[in-house]
Amino acid sequence: MSTGELQIEGLRAGIPGREILRGVSLTVRSGEVHAVMGPNGSGKSTLAHVLMGRPGYEILDGSVTLDGIDLLALPTWQRARAGLFLAMQHPIEVPGVSLVTSLTAARPTIPADEIAADGVDIGERLRAEAGRIGFDERFLDRPLNVDLSGGERKRNETLQLGVLRPRFAILDEIDSGLDIDALGDVGSRVQEATTEWGLGVLAITHFRRLLDVLHPDVVHVLSDGRVVATGESELAEIVDRTGYAAYG
Amino acid sequence: MGAEARGSGLLAREAPVLSTFTPENAAALPGLPWLQQRRSAAAEAFSSAPFPVEKDEVWRYSRIDQLDLDRFHPVDAAPKAPSNDPGASSSDRVHSLVSSLGPRSGLLVTIDGVLATVATSVGDDVLTLGRVTEHDHAEALLGSVVTDPREFLLLNDAFAVDPLIIDIGPHANIDAPIVIVHVISGAGGDAVFPRTIVRGGVASTAAVIEIVVDINAGLLADLPTSSAPAGMPASDVGQPERLVVPVTELQVADDASLAFVSVQALGPDTWQLAHQASTIGTDATLKSFAVALGGGYARLRTDSALRGSAGTSMLRAAFIGRNDQMLDFRTLQDHLAPRTTSDLLFMGAVADSSHSVYSGLIRVRRGAVKSDAMQTNHNLVLDEGAHADSVPNLDIEENDVKCSHASTVGPVDEDQRYYLESRGVEPDVAERLIVAGFFENIADQVPVDGARSMIGRALADRSGAFGA
Repeated sequence: MSTGELQIEGLRAGIPGREILRGVSLTVRSGEVHAVMGPNGSGKSTLAHVLMGRPGYEILDGSVTLDGIDLLALPTWQRARAGLFLAMQHPIEVPGVSLVTSLTAARPTIPADEIAADGVDIGERLRAEAGRIGFDERFLDRPLNVDLSGGERKRNETLQLGVLRPRFAILDEIDSGLDIDALGDVGSRVQEATTEWGLGVLAITHFRRLLDVLHPDVVHVLSDGRVVATGESELAEIVDRTGYAAYG
Repeated sequence: MGAEARGSGLLAREAPVLSTFTPENAAALPGLPWLQQRRSAAAEAFSSAPFPVEKDEVWRYSRIDQLDLDRFHPVDAAPKAPSNDPGASSSDRVHSLVSSLGPRSGLLVTIDGVLATVATSVGDDVLTLGRVTEHDHAEALLGSVVTDPREFLLLNDAFAVDPLIIDIGPHANIDAPIVIVHVISGAGGDAVFPRTIVRGGVASTAAVIEIVVDINAGLLADLPTSSAPAGMPASDVGQPERLVVPVTELQVADDASLAFVSVQALGPDTWQLAHQASTIGTDATLKSFAVALGGGYARLRTDSALRGSAGTSMLRAAFIGRNDQMLDFRTLQDHLAPRTTSDLLFMGAVADSSHSVYSGLIRVRRGAVKSDAMQTNHNLVLDEGAHADSVPNLDIEENDVKCSHASTVGPVDEDQRYYLESRGVEPDVAERLIVAGFFENIADQVPVDGARSMIGRALADRSGAFGA
């Protein structure tokens, strides 16, 4: 069971010529679920991509560390190797590259102690995880995300999370495009990971419904690039009832 | 050869003054009288026409201006010992390549343009293959698909030493492919003119694999290298400079179905000017797949004429450019009959300082109503010094038709790379996976089972070195 923290401190970032995150600070500890809620345009997806290092964004100020490692100094793949995972809002199609192939190439991302302990058979892990979240096994040999529905893509992201076992996962609107059953499968898999290996979760979402299946320890409200409110799970209910206007 | 100037205006162009590809030399090649006459006439026509230049639209972007024909000489017909093959005997090595393709119905091997092996395992009522000079109808068949021979087609007509025929009988249904291997093994300065006509008889079904391979280029994993480690394209220096002009005619008769796979694996200092021409009859289908790997300047012209109603032509190509080579593709999808379908997909990658050209024309003639033509060309540009040109053209004379074309030129998709990197895949591995995936997509469409894995391996080998 890992212990550690993902610490975001005074993060200011954006695209060239436009500041979108205006100073975000929050800390997720291993095993915790933090929800980041906010209206469209509040900077939720920017936060996700800046943390993972997507090309096209600029860091203006602040720091992001994972157990003290300066993530912002690392390229994307090394952030992943350090234990960060992003379940994307719009998972990208990679023609001709299967899930098995990509996860085999990503094998060093799996914590070394786990590989040492049980060897880790990627194919076996994939099938086991597919079973847990109801992801059709015939999709395992398909090119990544090609011809998958929106819901299947989200299951696919969750599946990869289960195989790679990151220290911290950012879920960028993983609830969008999911029907209620799929939402339950995905939410409970992530919830179980928090106790299974101490996964820390930053769940970015527009709606509260994800939080019915994935129970947040802390809820942050993001508005105009800043965290304007932080509280326990009741905050999500309040936001759901009263809307974001009060936090604008 | 007279060196008289033809016209004096600024735009007038002169016919080539040739010292080796002369009508006299063409006439001296052995063969039956009809073949010799054919060669003489073609040599005369070639030498009296202006030599192509880059300014000609069909030669735009090419390297034709750098080709000096006088540096080459036609190889003569005398069978000869391979001169550039100090290691294992070339016939053993070719046998190993042929075996990797699995079961076959027939085999033709030429060495530097001269037929060396003929074998077939099916009866001659189903399949005849060999020299055109030993075939009853060859005179009428040879050149019947190419109706307007010009330029290098004429040069092939004039200097092909040993034209071959594959004649698939009417209603024949041949499961295993017929394999042709043109082995290039001679000395620098050689000019080789492989020539093949394939006739798919009425309502026949067959598959043909044609490989043009430099025995020492090391581009096909299934062709073992000789004792010298010839497998590394990095050691390109000192490879013989040659000229190879392969012409293949495919006649697909009514209701016939022909699969045709061609693989070009020539040496790094070879000039290739290849032509593949097909005619498709009524309700007939051609599925063609070309792979281009080697050559210094390697051009392939692919013309497919849909002459019978409801005929179909599927044209595929995969190519990978490395070092400073240029791969040049010119295509024509020519719809002459109603309800004909053509579907072209050419996909390639250029790395280092290589260059590719794709220029394609869809032509729908008056009367070819309800025709459906598709033309797609995707190019990955993997290094800053590499370059790809893509030029689609349409010439539509009929109203009631469907035509579409699409082309892309660009580096590996940044989003795809980001996606893989976000899972912890190193950048160079991510790029290699994406490039391999790009080719896997098209390699799956190789229409002959035995060739599919060989081609998959060759493409993976050639692309696997990217970023390494």
